[in-house]
Amino acid sequence: MHSKDNNPPIWLKTVAYGGLVFLHFPIVFILINAFVAHDGNTTYFTLKWFNAAFARDDVMSAITLSLKVATVATLLALIMGTMAAAALYRRNFFGKNAITTLLILPIALPGIITGIALLSAMSLLNIELGFWTIVVSHATFCVVMIYNNVVARFRRMPHSLVEASMDLGADGFTTFKRIILPQLATALLAGGLLAFALSFDELIVTIFTAGHEVTLPIWLLNQLARPRDAAITNVVAMMVMLITALPIIAAYYLTRGTETIAGSSK
Amino acid sequence: MIIAVEFTHVSRHYGNVKAVDDVSICIAEGEFFSMLGPSGSGKTTCLRLIAGFEQPTSGSIQIFGQEAAGAPPYEREVNTVFQDYALFPHMNVLDNVAYGLSVKGIAKHACITRAEEALNMVALAEYSKRKPSELSGGQRQRVALARALVNKPRVLLLDEPLGALDLKLREQMQHELKTLHKQLGITFIYVTHDQTEALSMSDRVAVFNKGRIEQVDSPRNLYRQPKTSFVADFVGTSNVINSELALQITANHQPFSIRPEHIFFDNGAKHPNTFAVNGTVVDLQYQGANNKITFDAGTQKISFVVSSADYNEAELPKIGNYLIVRWLKSNMVMLENKSKSI
Amino acid sequence: MQTAITNPILRSFSNTLYRKNNWFLLLLLTPPLLWFGVVYLGSLFALLWQSFYTFDDFSMAVTNELTLGNYRLLFDSTNLDIIMRTLSMAVAVTLACACIGFPIAYYMTRYGSAREKGFFYIALMLPMWASYIVKTYAWTIILSQQGILYWLFNHLGLTGALNAALQLPVIGGNTLATSNLGRFIVFTYIWLPFMILPIQAALERVPTNLLQASSDLGAKPAQTFRKVLLPLVIPGVVAGSIFTFSLTLGDYIIPQLIGPSGLYIGTMVYTMQGSIGNMPLAAAFTVVPIVLIFIYLALAKRAGAFDAL
Repeated sequence: MHSKDNNPPIWLKTVAYGGLVFLHFPIVFILINAFVAHDGNTTYFTLKWFNAAFARDDVMSAITLSLKVATVATLLALIMGTMAAAALYRRNFFGKNAITTLLILPIALPGIITGIALLSAMSLLNIELGFWTIVVSHATFCVVMIYNNVVARFRRMPHSLVEASMDLGADGFTTFKRIILPQLATALLAGGLLAFALSFDELIVTIFTAGHEVTLPIWLLNQLARPRDAAITNVVAMMVMLITALPIIAAYYLTRGTETIAGSSK
Repeated sequence: MIIAVEFTHVSRHYGNVKAVDDVSICIAEGEFFSMLGPSGSGKTTCLRLIAGFEQPTSGSIQIFGQEAAGAPPYEREVNTVFQDYALFPHMNVLDNVAYGLSVKGIAKHACITRAEEALNMVALAEYSKRKPSELSGGQRQRVALARALVNKPRVLLLDEPLGALDLKLREQMQHELKTLHKQLGITFIYVTHDQTEALSMSDRVAVFNKGRIEQVDSPRNLYRQPKTSFVADFVGTSNVINSELALQITANHQPFSIRPEHIFFDNGAKHPNTFAVNGTVVDLQYQGANNKITFDAGTQKISFVVSSADYNEAELPKIGNYLIVRWLKSNMVMLENKSKSI
Repeated sequence: MQTAITNPILRSFSNTLYRKNNWFLLLLLTPPLLWFGVVYLGSLFALLWQSFYTFDDFSMAVTNELTLGNYRLLFDSTNLDIIMRTLSMAVAVTLACACIGFPIAYYMTRYGSAREKGFFYIALMLPMWASYIVKTYAWTIILSQQGILYWLFNHLGLTGALNAALQLPVIGGNTLATSNLGRFIVFTYIWLPFMILPIQAALERVPTNLLQASSDLGAKPAQTFRKVLLPLVIPGVVAGSIFTFSLTLGDYIIPQLIGPSGLYIGTMVYTMQGSIGNMPLAAAFTVVPIVLIFIYLALAKRAGAFDAL
């Protein structure tokens, strides 16, 4: 509904840009803090906190764990989200709406419910909490990220492409490999990046399913009780911000303007 | 005669909807066969049944004597030109055309040579490195054609392939398709809702209505001897005279159809072997080469055309005028009494 | 026909799947359905089931004797306080997000050029996706007494006004970081992008010619806004508010870190499950946000929020 016929009222423009400033100011604050050191009365720019942070084993192991969890959870979500999207995008059948609702549920319900539910089930089954329980809980809410991206792409892809491929002699597997997969590639990548970012800084569910493992967000939460360690915390906070921001921006550019003309002139 | 495609009592139902309802046809090798009908009449479903994208609910489909029901599309010796062309957007033109050969395991250089030949045939050789999105509608259409033909199918299926093109381009493509058909000698099965397209290109036309075939005939016979009021009305334009008015005119209940161009003004002279009807003019349309006159004959309206070359404006009747028109008995087409209405 | 490039076994598998379309569907759906239907739904039901278990206050042990006692406990005055406290915060945060979010979304869709729109989109996505704990951490520093906000108020000579605001009942507290006002600001900050983006999507779907038609028919801009635009955008606002409402109801980190003591639903669940081990009561408490969200949805539907859909 964009229109350029009139100029915005000043107050509206102010509110809009003011809102952006409000949203970014804590983030900028963290970024600046990571590079600043106080020495007596002087404040100066420094990179020394980075060295200090990388020298700490607890920081490095938290980062490694979070990266590992996010990678495995994303891979699992990619497989299941794509399967669900392929099954659900075209055909209507009884229970289809129930299934799509079920996929959205983990992010629609407050995280604490998902977390405590998984925890209670795991303890009922006497499963020891650790890496794999974190992965399971993360994959659960990551699936919908992949599903949404892939199902949107599937819907934009004319089904005649699949028919054309089979008509030309390709069986189901060849068609998947040579036609469907290339069409889905950017959607899978974008969905995967979002899922990765989501998993990487998830805290609410993770606290319940992590057991004694310390992911990066849990490490940060623990740091809040150690104000004397603030300089290191600032650096790690900034790194978390970057590791999630880059995939988000990449995903945005990947899904933007992908309305390619799929052989149709209409 | 070798039979390319044969339908025996084929039906395709979706729940309660009978998309194709007890259709039997026989298409000969080398024939240009059209399936004509309004949208939703079952013609496209029939084509998809041949291609293998749909499976019949009942009945048998044979392609060159082999039962096809149950066989997936990739195991049939037919290829399709899709309505939306369905060119693979991530491949260039050459790769699109070579695809069918390559998935059958043919060596790469052979694929490329044959694909280039096919592109030559449709005069698109210099576009081989372009993406489909960089082509015009007409060019995409030719790529789709080349991509199907490179596989040397024994039957080529065309699903309203010219629907998205503008009139001039469409006429040119009709001519090219006809030429290709002669040159290749394979069976073309052509789905369209455009009756002029079907009439001008085909050896035979099947007219579809509500999942059934109304008539299968040569274009000339379809036009001159429509068997049902649906065919009379759908193929060309026609005045379908129902039994009430037919009784007044011919003293016979049997409905008939009469083409607008076969009706002429009564000039008072004696006309053996004609029927006449009178009425009041309700509409006049100037159409360039012709004038279309519609009059009310009591229980229904009848239209006819007179050439602008024969009558100037002053000579034509005005709205509200009374007129008498005639036609030769030999131009009437008697219709089946029970014929389905549209 | 020519030889296929897929090996024969896979090829015949492909043929089977082609003929038995429903098998193929089932094959695709089985893994996600097992995961979500068994692991996830199973967990949710296990949780619900445990809310009927009995917790013995003396032995601190859970027995699987079924009772409605945990639900009765929810209406206990302390627990009802917790629920009301959380609910009022969720309502306040939702209203604030809607009031701040709407103008931003409106400006972005109606006045933004293509470039500006893209800029706004990324500028909203980044804080939305930026790490929750990092943002919360940033606010604990910003709101602290040595923090930038106090410093700012001090330099503007407004410390008096700030202290006066903190004296107010309900929203006040000793410092910004321990007041309900501070908690409210942080909640609003964290969930605001979740409100803006659905509204923006709804605004984007309103065709410009509807607005032109309205003004062509003689409506003043304010009338067009109220009678044409707003009814079409309300579903977006409702979608956004479901996020802000439900996210606030379930949060247990922010109430721990910012604002006065006094439990929230989230912190109550966390404490009951973690330190006390009263899983049945924790489970019963998790039902509360779900019920509240359903009530909210029903109210929104009754008010005609989805009529324009």
